[in-house]
Amino acid sequence: MRRARSYLIVAVAVAFIAVAPAMFGSFTITLMNYIGIYAMATLGLVLLTGIAGLTSFGQAAFVGIGAYATAWYTVTQGGSPWIGLLLALASTVLVATILAIATLRLGGHFLSLSTLAWGIAIYFLFGNTDVLGRYNGLSGIPAISIGPISLESAVAIYFLIWIALGGAMLLCRNLLDSRQGRAIRCLRGGTALVESLAIDSFRIRLAVFVLAALLAGASGWLSAHMQRYVGPMQFDIDSGIEFLLMALVGGASQLAGAVVGSAIVTLIKNVLQDVLPSVTSYSGQLQAVVFGVLFVILLQKARGGVVPIIRKYLPRPEKKILPAAGAPMSRRMRTTAAGQAVLAIDSAMKRFGSLAAVNKVSFEVKTGEVLGLIGPNGAGKSTLLNLITGVLKPNSGTILFQGRDITRAPPRYIAAAGMARTFQHVKLRPNMTLLDNVLLGIYSRTRSGFLAGALRLDRAEESAACTEALHQLHRVGLGDRYSELAGNLPLGQQRLLEVARALAADPALLVLDEPAAGLRRLEKQTLSDLLRELRAEGMTIILVEHDMEFVMNLVDRIVVMDFGVKLAEGLPAAIRADARVQEAYLGGVA
Amino acid sequence: MTPEIALLLAQDGITTGAIYVLVALGLVLIFLSTRVIFVPFGDVVGYAALTLAALQLKRTPGTVWLVLTLAAIATVMEVWALIRQRRFQRLPQALLYYAALPIAPAAVAWFAAGYDLPMWAGILITLAVVLPISPLLYRIAFQPLADASVLVLLIISVAVHFAMSGMALVFFGPEGFRTQPITRAFFNVGPMSVSGQSLLVVASAAAFGLFLFLFFERTLSGKALRATAVNRVGARLVGIRLSTTAAIAFLLASALAGISGILIGPIATLYYDSGFLIGLKAFVGAIIGGLVSYPATIVGALLVGLFESYASFWNSAMKEVIVFGSLIPILLWRSFATRSGVEEEIEEEEGERQT
Repeated sequence: MRRARSYLIVAVAVAFIAVAPAMFGSFTITLMNYIGIYAMATLGLVLLTGIAGLTSFGQAAFVGIGAYATAWYTVTQGGSPWIGLLLALASTVLVATILAIATLRLGGHFLSLSTLAWGIAIYFLFGNTDVLGRYNGLSGIPAISIGPISLESAVAIYFLIWIALGGAMLLCRNLLDSRQGRAIRCLRGGTALVESLAIDSFRIRLAVFVLAALLAGASGWLSAHMQRYVGPMQFDIDSGIEFLLMALVGGASQLAGAVVGSAIVTLIKNVLQDVLPSVTSYSGQLQAVVFGVLFVILLQKARGGVVPIIRKYLPRPEKKILPAAGAPMSRRMRTTAAGQAVLAIDSAMKRFGSLAAVNKVSFEVKTGEVLGLIGPNGAGKSTLLNLITGVLKPNSGTILFQGRDITRAPPRYIAAAGMARTFQHVKLRPNMTLLDNVLLGIYSRTRSGFLAGALRLDRAEESAACTEALHQLHRVGLGDRYSELAGNLPLGQQRLLEVARALAADPALLVLDEPAAGLRRLEKQTLSDLLRELRAEGMTIILVEHDMEFVMNLVDRIVVMDFGVKLAEGLPAAIRADARVQEAYLGGVA
Repeated sequence: MTPEIALLLAQDGITTGAIYVLVALGLVLIFLSTRVIFVPFGDVVGYAALTLAALQLKRTPGTVWLVLTLAAIATVMEVWALIRQRRFQRLPQALLYYAALPIAPAAVAWFAAGYDLPMWAGILITLAVVLPISPLLYRIAFQPLADASVLVLLIISVAVHFAMSGMALVFFGPEGFRTQPITRAFFNVGPMSVSGQSLLVVASAAAFGLFLFLFFERTLSGKALRATAVNRVGARLVGIRLSTTAAIAFLLASALAGISGILIGPIATLYYDSGFLIGLKAFVGAIIGGLVSYPATIVGALLVGLFESYASFWNSAMKEVIVFGSLIPILLWRSFATRSGVEEEIEEEEGERQT
């Protein structure tokens, strides 16, 4: 029922757009054309900035590249606008790819500053290139025609614009609800988690960046053939800032925010153009002042934008409707038999300056065993774990995982090879559902690409993955709450969710980094029950833990570290009796 | 290119580079102590130059109205905040800082406009009028969100620039201005003739570099600013008030902007939006230095000046494209030089997302 009502809103919106030409005059339709064109570019920015967290001030430059590409081709070469479209998209993708490779490795604000820089550079390039008409731009761009029908009138191109926008939004929505889309959504909040899930964060960023540029290019193509003119001023850095304003006004984390934001900003602009000239002769500039002030107020008072505010008053679908139960997923190949070493660490050494945080530590983890790694604060447990998972590289020594040398391998390679981990400080995506968080764990076991996700060709794999993720959620006791947001769980359940995510990767080795830290007694009990169950199933686990009691009852074997060296290794009972261990923990017992 | 031309371009490049040094130092100063990437800083530089130009033309500089508006908004915000927190005893101080001190120089400028002022008086009035702009902008736009991520602060920064450059056009109009040179002296050094104005610019940059060095090394305020840059939470724990360090940083930076504007005024014809480009070029310099080190910033900003000078000889129409485009290889080099510096920055975002 509730779900039906939220579909109703979409249906009303679509119906309104469909009948608008019959209701309004050409002025309003032209205004709506602009809204649609801006919304297309803003949609790209919503993906890039709102969802993937990469703030760009340069979106207008990509719109410009698309517009100029088709303008140049149709005006100076006399070609068809449809070839112009291909050219527009190809050239934006090309430029975006080059810029992305150059700048996407940078951190947040450097990246954004660089978008300012190349945004301005591209603007000056348009304004100073002879074949692009310098600051005069190019005029006389032909209208688009579909067969014999010319889309010269505002109403004719109106349908093309809004159908294109609707299609783009649908594809984006599908994409976000797919394997690669979840990878995009998990980019925000740090790469440590992303890489530990075998997701190539650079590749995903690159893909989002190019996708955003592609939407901008399409917007530019539409704009060039609607206005029949292109000029550099349309694509200056101020326009880039306006696109960002549109995305933020609408609500940058929602696809619908693109349309809402574009509509609000365009309408305000329209009103200002009517009102300001009567107040001052510099109306165009005062418009910038108004927008600047509006922007600051928005960020101070309602950073989420308009759509989330509207959402509050709308019924929310209670639960995501699950796809029908899928086929069981195939298990990962196991290359080591029971009793053989899954992980072999040989004299691993890690120095930070003069401090040897891990000093020639060697031990093995055998298939099917639960190994406890303990030691007092500062013993080097976390550093060793970082060496194993590939976050840090050792100065010397080797680490073999299932017989393969992973000493210098990056975390995502190790994750892809079948090592799954949880974090000492829980790393989840609080704004994604429990189900989506666990589905992130399945990333390395699935294959669907961006196109398959956007076109919904991934449904078989998707339903299998959902079934598997639900199974893992049930296993940790959170199965009924799959549609809740992970951020709403208390810490204990967040840790269990992390375990479920790790299990979803079907790991050959499960690495748990202080899973009991900060848990209450009851929560600890649930966790240790779960671990006991996993042990019974034959899961291989490394358990790093402070809590001696917790470890002693769970593990097969223990490795004790102190001051970077391995102090002792053996069965729990022997470790408990070891005088050196007691001394390390209690500071010298008589 | 003959050696003479090369020398001439180098001289030109070092002079503009020195201006970028001053601006870039201000940018780094603000970034390190408040994490704000202060994009409107360039606009403040432009306001300074245009204010002096207006005074020399015996007009009332529009900056007066800007400062009055900003002071009014900041005072209302501050007073309202104090009333809500019931800290009435701090009201007089707030009125002094946010109303009296900024308005006084603006009033002087308003009265002085129309008189034939000596050069030094014009410069002093300009500096005094410009000085409160950055701290007031901080109070209005940034302080309410001081704990937001660098990216959110950057977006605000760009929005503030948007408003500032719009107002600049309203206040100063679209035509360009050039102020009278502070000195008309010329020196012949070997084959070159060096203008006194250039020497003044370079000397000022050097002096301010030294001043900042001493400030950070020898004074308690400077050390507090450095501590804030290293660790905001830690600084707070040892009793450093972040809003105070921010105010000091913005005030210092404002002084740098005022001086840069006064120095560049006679060298180049400035329009209402020239300041933004100057600021962005200084950013390119600061980014070469990684936005963290003052010496590296100085080198970076000088390089940008030299690069711009040679680029404009080679192809003056494409000068801006070349200068801003050069940032991409620089960033590429930086991204390979500092592989892992990215993580923490993004991590920080996590906390501030709204659900």
